[in-house]
Amino acid sequence: MKADPRGVLTGTHYLDGDFACGEGAMAAGCRFVAGYPITPSTEVVERIGRRFPTVGGTFIQMEDELASMAAIVGAAWTGTKSMTVTSGPGFSLMMENIGLAAMMETPCVVVDVQRAGPSTGLPTMVGQGDMMQARWGSHGDYALIALSPRSPQEAFDLTIDAFNLSETYRVPVLMMMDECVGHMTEKVVIPPADRIEVVPRRLTKQSPEEYLPYRVDGGLVPEFARAGDGYRYHTTGLTHDERGYPAMNAEAQEKLVRRLVDKIRLNADKIIRIEEEQTEGADVVVVSYGITSRVAQLGVELARQKGIKVGTLRLVVVWPFPEARIRELARKVKAFVVPEINFGQMVLEVERCAAGQAAAVGVPHAGGGVHEPDAVCQAIVKAAQ
Amino acid sequence: MSTEIEHIEGEEREHPITPYIRMDRMPHIWCPTCGIGTVVKCFATALGRAKVDLDKVSVVSGIGCTGRVAGYVKMDSFHSTHGRALPFATGLKLGRPELLVTVISGDGDLMGIGGNHFIHAARRNMDLLVILVNNFIYGMTGGQNAPTTPLTARSSTMPLGNFERPFNLPHLAATCGATYVARWTSLHVHQMTRAFADGIRRKGFRFIEVIAPCSTLYARLNKLGTGLDLMTYYRDNVEIHNGADTRTLDLDFQSSIVCGKFVDQERPTFLEAMHAHYTKALGDKYVPMPPEGGLIRGED
Repeated sequence: MKADPRGVLTGTHYLDGDFACGEGAMAAGCRFVAGYPITPSTEVVERIGRRFPTVGGTFIQMEDELASMAAIVGAAWTGTKSMTVTSGPGFSLMMENIGLAAMMETPCVVVDVQRAGPSTGLPTMVGQGDMMQARWGSHGDYALIALSPRSPQEAFDLTIDAFNLSETYRVPVLMMMDECVGHMTEKVVIPPADRIEVVPRRLTKQSPEEYLPYRVDGGLVPEFARAGDGYRYHTTGLTHDERGYPAMNAEAQEKLVRRLVDKIRLNADKIIRIEEEQTEGADVVVVSYGITSRVAQLGVELARQKGIKVGTLRLVVVWPFPEARIRELARKVKAFVVPEINFGQMVLEVERCAAGQAAAVGVPHAGGGVHEPDAVCQAIVKAAQ
Repeated sequence: MSTEIEHIEGEEREHPITPYIRMDRMPHIWCPTCGIGTVVKCFATALGRAKVDLDKVSVVSGIGCTGRVAGYVKMDSFHSTHGRALPFATGLKLGRPELLVTVISGDGDLMGIGGNHFIHAARRNMDLLVILVNNFIYGMTGGQNAPTTPLTARSSTMPLGNFERPFNLPHLAATCGATYVARWTSLHVHQMTRAFADGIRRKGFRFIEVIAPCSTLYARLNKLGTGLDLMTYYRDNVEIHNGADTRTLDLDFQSSIVCGKFVDQERPTFLEAMHAHYTKALGDKYVPMPPEGGLIRGED
């Protein structure tokens, strides 16, 4: 369906990534946001707090990030599209109820504007150290989707995509921004509402008598019923059967958890999004995401001036990871170079998929700044030898 | 004189609680003589008396023995994470303001791990009916010390007796801004049911504490006898004092228990305050979320 025009601020704007993310959420139909102040993400909820009363949305500043995440899961069960926003320390607290959202199959969006950690770290300065936490941060096995914008325009566009993916697969979708993209101000074009596709909540058409909240009828994603529509269903963070009732045995666990993982894994081809440039015939491919993809581009150009055949692969969707494509490239290239603002996270995924067929060379940066393009260039030169 | 109850062959009568309970989940997990089942029965009775549309009732629980209530009530029911029932319920209420959102959970869940959420939900006067079953102990995990365990009472983690001062829950709720505060025991089914019916009809943050026996752990660890002995104890030691100063409601080990309705007042709820404020600040530009929620319906 098309976006509700009330939430769409059509026009050409000069916005930072945080504001653009907030506008993307409103355009996507988000009407409930719970948040707790934390640098460098707070501008997202400040934008929403100011605009929501005029678009039919409710913002509440909760007492902490545990509460913010729990509140958006609750609100999502009313059919209201819901989001919370945070940075590393708050993201850690949200893991508890991100797991609940995954287990209850709750569509919602969590924005993490990453700063340098661990712990309080560098609150106002960039990091990309939450990438593995995004995938594995809550306990137990589950799968979700994470996106990484590289510009304010993408902060707008990908936030809409994040909501759409969360509706399609009934998972929490993580917007893995970083401080640079969040605080960078650039041109952002917001199209008219009738040119923005949004995915509505997939409400069941079954009667309350027939409906079972977790019956999938051979598919992978169950149909949704809102609280208050007469379905009188039960849902729980316990392992449950298709009625939503607790089922405390290994068989129910196998059936449920396999489906939770499969609904992303078996749809990975539809979800994964990467951007490649000059990977055909390349000796080295630079894999990057977020702000680092823009810095790495300069390093790539320096290496090309030295005559090295180097391509780039940018992760727009970070999780699920493009395993098949990395495997395929690994058979053709000498090495992958993976600059990221952490001490080696996504490079581990690249290394796993390359499986010894090509080297995977990390270019770590502890955070608080971005890479020197020359550092990326040197890593490329070395890897090409 | 005794009356014999006649069983008429072929006449299957439904138990009056059936419309409110997931009978397909019976038997429940609660121990014999546990007080939680009584609370559920009284809640169902109160819903019936208040003639509430059950389609619009949501029940949220956290984790623990009382946390299992959400799994047994035949309404939209959410068994959330440990301590987070209140923020989850806050989201439900704000996502669809027409719902009657009830939180039923235990003392460890709401006041231990969830204590911070409790004080803030009360401060905001969030429109929630909160029923807290207080059995003085963590039951589900085997009898550990709770923030409600009375001084000197034994628990599995304080086998020589508790030396931490427990919460006075009605006082905490009242000072944080709850608009309705009451305490009863699971023996007081009539008063408890009336309090629940009051809570269903009123707005804002309504808090009802129900003292309930845990014969399996609390009574056994403290050599208090059976569940029946605890009920007898409630009968003999409860003082009903409506309107009591909440500062006087501390519970000592095996002391008297003051019950009653302590607070019943009106104060703008979170949503009322928000609507009034934005209407004043924004006038015609204010677009509130509709009572049926913020769902954006597909038209194509």
